[in-house]
Amino acid sequence: MGAGIAVLVVALAALADVLAPGSPFAPVGPPLSPPTTTHLLGTDDLGRDLLAGIVHGIRTSAIVAAGVAVIALPLGLAVGAAAGARPSRLDDVLMRFTEIWQVLPRFFLAVMVIALFGPGLDRIVIVLGLTSWPVLARIVRAELLSVREREFVEAARATGSSELRIVWRQMVPHALPAAVAYVAILLAQVILVESSLSFLGLGDSNQMSLGYLAGQAQRFLRVAWWLWLFPGAALIAMVLALNLLADAVNDRIRRAQ
Amino acid sequence: MSARYLVRRLIQVPPAVGAILAVAFLLIHAAPGDPVLALAGEHGDAAYYSEMRARFGLDRSVPEQFAVFAANLVRFDLGTSYVHGRPAIDVISERIPSTLLLTGSAFALSTGIGIALGLFAASRVRRAGDLAVSLASLSLQATPSFWLAQLAILALGLAAGWFPIGGMTSARSSATGLAAALDVVHHLVLPAAVLAATELAVVARLMRTGLLDELAQDYIRTARAKGLSELQVLTRHALRRALIPVVTVVGSRVGHLLAGAVIVEAVFGWPGVGRLLLSSVQTRDTPIVLGIFLLIATTVILANLATDLVYARLDPRIRHG
Repeated sequence: MGAGIAVLVVALAALADVLAPGSPFAPVGPPLSPPTTTHLLGTDDLGRDLLAGIVHGIRTSAIVAAGVAVIALPLGLAVGAAAGARPSRLDDVLMRFTEIWQVLPRFFLAVMVIALFGPGLDRIVIVLGLTSWPVLARIVRAELLSVREREFVEAARATGSSELRIVWRQMVPHALPAAVAYVAILLAQVILVESSLSFLGLGDSNQMSLGYLAGQAQRFLRVAWWLWLFPGAALIAMVLALNLLADAVNDRIRRAQ
Repeated sequence: MSARYLVRRLIQVPPAVGAILAVAFLLIHAAPGDPVLALAGEHGDAAYYSEMRARFGLDRSVPEQFAVFAANLVRFDLGTSYVHGRPAIDVISERIPSTLLLTGSAFALSTGIGIALGLFAASRVRRAGDLAVSLASLSLQATPSFWLAQLAILALGLAAGWFPIGGMTSARSSATGLAAALDVVHHLVLPAAVLAATELAVVARLMRTGLLDELAQDYIRTARAKGLSELQVLTRHALRRALIPVVTVVGSRVGHLLAGAVIVEAVFGWPGVGRLLLSSVQTRDTPIVLGIFLLIATTVILANLATDLVYARLDPRIRHG
């Protein structure tokens, strides 16, 4: 089920411009209209279609998640593999560095970057990406520690494969399931952080965001329930899907052992 | 806990604080425009900028600047907030008690209820109660705190009218003593409950798995064979060891709670550090933003330190050497 929703989110994100053409910021209907057949999820105080906003907001969430994964995955894999491949001084140094990096408070760092550089999706992705790799690196390292003395690795060594090739072809694939499970949880967190920043008015004002929609709903809680309900429901569905996906992968790993 | 472990853990603190200072320093210098604008905000006049320039040694070389910067911040000398016209550290300090009240209550609530729910779920594994707790945990974990806050305002504040939906005290209230304290508690209920709810799930899930792991151990079979009731087995034997995973996440929960507090304070108009941070970002009052960033980062480092030390005490199986 988690995978199903994840696929749906990616499809919605890719087709956002087809499903909801035009700017989601443009007024297209009467203000504060409840859900009708023309505006399935209703409109906001400026007559903007909520469904269009949500589709584009989901796309922003997907862009942030993908961007963070692109930054954090290679960093986490590289640091984790370099540290876990064999007992070394490098392992100690990298792990101390990772521990220090790990305590950086992600949300507050993002707020400070926005305060100094102004709001923008690019810097949100960079900050979240650069603060997301340490746990991944530790997971990859731990997985590598558990396989580096195993027979298939010894066998590869005996055939004279280069160390880099052994790490990359034999050991890292072993760490991938655990890494995937963690990345799913990580992306769920990242989506929540982006929406929180947008909710607080610190997001990119040129990009539609589910958090921004929820923030706008705040003033109309009494009169327009749909403005509150739907953006949050979309977020919950995405985050729940990623968490379920992680649980499913973890269950598989446990059963395989 | 060995003295060696204590020392090894303590010497990790200065590099962590140093890294935080370095990140802050680099950001200020990488920000577009004159570093004095990044440091002091955009609302100052010439005299204020020259004061801040002198205070942070901005006319000197970059390594010297970092030394001055680090020395200032370690002494909590953040300069003057131009917006508030007072030292930034004073403005921040005033807000700490209300945030502490909010996060402290949420921490206590989520830990207490989370442990209780975990116990409840573990005592009826794979039955209706267990499934309900698991389902609730999963959903709460996926729910953004701002959405939950708005739901609480809608349902318990506006519809039921049980609780005030904003602020920390009633306007124009002249209550003193106990009545004033009760007024604050009345205002605290919704924000603290919302903040606690998002944390609850982590504790409940950890507690449940921890208990189930312990219940599979041999010493539990012995306890059962002695004729102890299932409740006694759970609370007297398994609970102590199952609490260890709950303790290990305290450090990371503190960071999470503080971030959540910013959102909850914004929705409920709670006059704490989080709202000060938001208004300072909007007015580009950097001394305050910087101060709050360092305060939070240091708190998280110290919370992690405390967690590790408690953990080392609790679990004699772990050898530290």
